[in-house]
Amino acid sequence: MSATTSATDEKANVGPMTARSSAALNAPRIAIKGLDFYYGANKALKSISLDLPDKQVTGMIGPSGCGKSTLLRVLNRMYDLYPGQRATGEVLMDDNNIIASGVDVNQLRSRIGMVFQKPTPFPLSIYDNISFGVNLHERLSKSAMDERVEWSLSRAALWDEVKDRLNTSATGLSGGQQQRLCIARTIATRPEVILLDEPTSALDPISTLKIEELIDELKTEFTIAIVTHNMQQAARCADQVAFFFLGELIEVGTATQIFTAPRQKRTQEYITGRFG
Amino acid sequence: MSGVASIAAVAGQPARDPGVANRLSRNRKRSNRVATVLCIAATVVALAFLASIIFTLLRLGFGGLSLTVFTSVTKPAGGNGGLLNPIVGSLIQTAIGTAVGTPIGILVGTYLSEYAGKSILGNAVRFVSDVLLSAPSILIGLFIYELFVNGRGYSGIAGGLALSVIVIPIVVRTTEDMLKLIPTSLREAAVALGAPKWKAIVLICYRAALDGITTGVLLAVARIAGETAPLLFTSLGNDNWSLALDKPMSSLPLAIYKYAGSPADDWVQLAWVGALLITFGVLALNVVARVALRPRR
Repeated sequence: MSATTSATDEKANVGPMTARSSAALNAPRIAIKGLDFYYGANKALKSISLDLPDKQVTGMIGPSGCGKSTLLRVLNRMYDLYPGQRATGEVLMDDNNIIASGVDVNQLRSRIGMVFQKPTPFPLSIYDNISFGVNLHERLSKSAMDERVEWSLSRAALWDEVKDRLNTSATGLSGGQQQRLCIARTIATRPEVILLDEPTSALDPISTLKIEELIDELKTEFTIAIVTHNMQQAARCADQVAFFFLGELIEVGTATQIFTAPRQKRTQEYITGRFG
Repeated sequence: MSGVASIAAVAGQPARDPGVANRLSRNRKRSNRVATVLCIAATVVALAFLASIIFTLLRLGFGGLSLTVFTSVTKPAGGNGGLLNPIVGSLIQTAIGTAVGTPIGILVGTYLSEYAGKSILGNAVRFVSDVLLSAPSILIGLFIYELFVNGRGYSGIAGGLALSVIVIPIVVRTTEDMLKLIPTSLREAAVALGAPKWKAIVLICYRAALDGITTGVLLAVARIAGETAPLLFTSLGNDNWSLALDKPMSSLPLAIYKYAGSPADDWVQLAWVGALLITFGVLALNVVARVALRPRR
């Protein structure tokens, strides 16, 4: 992977965005090889090959319908819920193809967590929102669970706001708090990879900022993939950026390279706002 | 540029005629008033019937209320009897009907909402359940008569089972409707944490749909508490005190049915008391449930 930090291409300069991420990418935590995905007869992903570097953030960008959310839903096998959706190819994690049949999808999903576009708090207390996922995979004592709840809420920068009302309903939280609760809920199961599907698109700017800071914090422990429509967000958060268009991976590189010296014309046109 | 052009185009249109505008506005206001009056009138008519029923019940039933009603069993006309055995019989059979019908109804409703989709079997079950919902209740009595009573004799359990057949389609319908209201995103969120589908349904969806499903069950209870036809030839009625489930059992609707048309004044009085008890029993149940289900913060 050539780290292109050289001279800024005039035409691709997108102004205030500053990719401050590291130039070098780590070894892949997940390696996608020749992945095709179908909604019925409709081919939504066309031979995608992409590495998700370990403990770094991969930003997925592209116009609506380009397949970036679909790719996330392949990684945790969410498509299994719907008959008619199928994936072929390889998605390797620890040398195992996680989209092969015979994989325990419930265990897989505990290793690859997902946070959705809209906050989805369960109609339970804040505490039970966290313990629900943990109880699926672990048997913890009350005190260990208390610790886990505090740990995950602290990691999600929510603990101080909710520590006095852990037993009240989670649906009473604000949108930004709900989304941080969903992140806390996801990291509470101790996944290795976290998938974020436009996690801030339903949030106000301040909540968005908090979650972006959180992503930066979380990548010390987790491998992260984030789908976003916001170029600035991709530039701020991602180490690696992948640009998708009509189901194809057009270009992938370090955030610096993609935003300052894209190799493909369509990438450049998209990030400068000429289409999409 | 294009903005200027479009203003010019509007300006090119003939000017609005104030007379036409006024007339249209007047007409609109008039039809608005007519619609409002019709709505209020319809509401008044509906409420008047309801008020009249409750007023009649209170007028004719309240005077007969006494401790004897709750402590004494039914007796021959003129014997100063009460309604103890019909009250207890109704409670038992309603409880059996609810206890048997609710789990079946919830499971079928869950199947329809979460598993059946648009499959042929799903549509068939949905259709049959809807037919059952509107089936004459005397047919349900006949069905249970053929299945359980014929040859074995009338029994309280048969009455309860007949009532459960009425409960099932009501609970099926409300459960399916309420589960379908739950957004897919909530299910996906539970599954994304590694929950198997059934756990997502039982631990998350049921919780989210709890109020609606409970309302459905209460509707069913209210419905069967007053059902008479399914009990006529299943539990038959019993003028003596009996808690035996395998023997004929009394119930309030059957007591009303028997007493209301009798020439004896004290029996007619008891029939009104029984009607009052059913009505206010169901009302009380609804109020309690509403208070219990009030959202907490």
